[in-house]
Amino acid sequence: MKYIDEFRQHDLAGKLAADIAREAEHARQYRLMEFCGGHTHAIFRYGVQDLLPENVRFIHGPGCPVCVLPTQRLDQAIDLAERPEVILCTYADMLRVPASGRRSLLKVKAAGADVRHGVFHTGRPENRPGQPAAGSGFFAIGFETTTPPTAVALLQASQEDLQNFSVFCNHVLTPVAMRAILEAPEPVAIDGFLGPSHVSTIIGSRPYEQFVEQYRKPVVIAGFEPLDVMQSALMLIRLLNDNRQEVENEYTRAVTREGNAKAQALVAEVFQLRSVFAWRGLGDVAESALQIRPAFARFDAERRFSLPHREAADVKGCECPAVLRGAKQPVDCKLFGTVCTPENPMGSCMVSSEGACAAYWSYGRLRQPVSGRRRKSAVIA
Amino acid sequence: MSGAAKKTSTAGGFLQGKVDMTHGSGGRAMAQLIDNLFIERFDNEFLRQGNDQACLAVPAGRLVMSTDGHVIDPLFFPGGDIGSLAVHGTINDVVMSGATPLYLSAGFILEQGLALADLEKIVSSMADAARQCGTPIVTGDTKVVEKGSGDGVFITTTGIGVLPEDIHISGDRARPGDAILLSGSIGDHGIAIMSSRENLEFETSIVSDSAALHTLVAEMVAAVPAPAIHCLRDPTRGGLATTLNELARQSDVSMSLWESEIPVKASVRAACELLGLDPLYVANEGKLVCICHPDHAQTLLQVMQNHALGIDAAIIGQVNDDAHGFVQMQTAFGGSRIVDWLAGEQLPRIC
Repeated sequence: MKYIDEFRQHDLAGKLAADIAREAEHARQYRLMEFCGGHTHAIFRYGVQDLLPENVRFIHGPGCPVCVLPTQRLDQAIDLAERPEVILCTYADMLRVPASGRRSLLKVKAAGADVRHGVFHTGRPENRPGQPAAGSGFFAIGFETTTPPTAVALLQASQEDLQNFSVFCNHVLTPVAMRAILEAPEPVAIDGFLGPSHVSTIIGSRPYEQFVEQYRKPVVIAGFEPLDVMQSALMLIRLLNDNRQEVENEYTRAVTREGNAKAQALVAEVFQLRSVFAWRGLGDVAESALQIRPAFARFDAERRFSLPHREAADVKGCECPAVLRGAKQPVDCKLFGTVCTPENPMGSCMVSSEGACAAYWSYGRLRQPVSGRRRKSAVIA
Repeated sequence: MSGAAKKTSTAGGFLQGKVDMTHGSGGRAMAQLIDNLFIERFDNEFLRQGNDQACLAVPAGRLVMSTDGHVIDPLFFPGGDIGSLAVHGTINDVVMSGATPLYLSAGFILEQGLALADLEKIVSSMADAARQCGTPIVTGDTKVVEKGSGDGVFITTTGIGVLPEDIHISGDRARPGDAILLSGSIGDHGIAIMSSRENLEFETSIVSDSAALHTLVAEMVAAVPAPAIHCLRDPTRGGLATTLNELARQSDVSMSLWESEIPVKASVRAACELLGLDPLYVANEGKLVCICHPDHAQTLLQVMQNHALGIDAAIIGQVNDDAHGFVQMQTAFGGSRIVDWLAGEQLPRIC
């Protein structure tokens, strides 16, 4: 398959592995945070960690949109979905995330709420002019990659003056989240970052330049194929060895320094910075998310519907917040693999295909023959 | 079967309408539907007797029986439809014991409003499939449910086959050292279905692999001594990964796979990439997994590759003996990973 197979070649992987083994200094630890769950997934699915020396470790970051959404916002989405006049559309993984009171969008759907998965577009029949009721709400989540499509939907809704369409906006921003990880009260030791390439197809590599200057941690914008991940790790190792705090772009086939100006303009037209957003794992982070501009207020579900802000408690013992900061590994959580599995997830990181716990469980765990024993010692990676 | 001339004369007008509640009421409309459609298309000596049951001679050996409910959206897809699928699916379940399939039954749940022309296409396709397999549909039932209570048509088929006394193929018989064979490329059916769903349209030439595997199984069983084949299973829902996990659990063994040996068509891989799916978990309807004694793996591979439905057959892994009971895979990239049970459903990714 063209443009895919080239980035999964076994012999090139072996060559890169040899380069990394040669260039990584034995006395030194390389703690590389792959920000994005897409990278975590690739690392596990292709067994990338098996090809790296012991002192080069990946620390899994919070770049999983489903994972970082706090329970309280999910509860609001569920409240919205339970209104009889609302059809709620969202991305598929979101449906299974546990909310307060052991609810989830999937459960309220089974109980009769009209919840659908799939990408929203205004062309859906239920959103056409003249359709009754409040019509559909789009539960919009995601980093910069998924924001432009939501902007387009809002612009179309405005142009067509749709009466029955609104967006519950939960779009969040990558560079600010990276700062929050380093500024956490007990920051995790990280030597460099693999930056999410899909995000950078939109925002470019430039937003990281200031970050690198301020925090003195190199960033390599990394593609999602396994060879991209290995090549990016090698580039980070070289930057660290040379003590160069710079932004480098491994994903040159799609990312430029400036990014996609048209998409940026669309986003700027429709969205503005939210003063504060509560992330799962990172807590309240100032100017880390987007909200819909007042000019589009009639499509803003938060303004249109009263969505009461209730306190939400996560499942006791769930370590998703620490896992999302890179402070703990999934296996450090007491719930991992005991009560929390992909079939019965207690936290968001076990739900999403991009979640670190799901990746560990699905690809990397090794069960101890004696049941009831902690699995910590028995997990690969 | 009474009077071909009468049927032809009514069929034209009859097939232009839609299924309504009278087609399940036991009255004239139902009789007409049964006579002009089901009996005419399925035509065989058992149905022609017009009884509520089929009376079958009991052959020597052991009887094998399996039943399968077929619900699929859309009803028609590239490479097949719910009718042919309902025949192939049940025959495959019967023959994964090593049996020769003999008879089928069919139960139809029709939704009010289903176009009779569509029903006719489905029944014809089912009749053709059953005829090609040499397994007549000998008894059946039809019910009609109100609009909204069904999804066009649901078909439940039951199959009966016969198995010689000396063949014992079962999911709990995999042994460490056994070879794992796969009869061809994976994911064709699932991707063909997804490509034709209304909200997930993309252009592809992929057609479903829906096929009855009875002749392939017969040739495999004939080619090696009776104890050589330990397990046979068709990796349908949940795909190859789920089937192998089922077999590992049933036999209390672990398995290792070689990703580079698992055949996946380039078009299926491309569609999976696009949708964020793993072909290991995508459904098949015309493939089988065979676990056999390693001494007979090459013979069986040859037999499979010489059969039209096994041209791309490959030895994809081996059965191991370790306490974990995991299916592990050496990735084509050079690492290793677990191939787990599917959690929830396979869903397209976010970004």
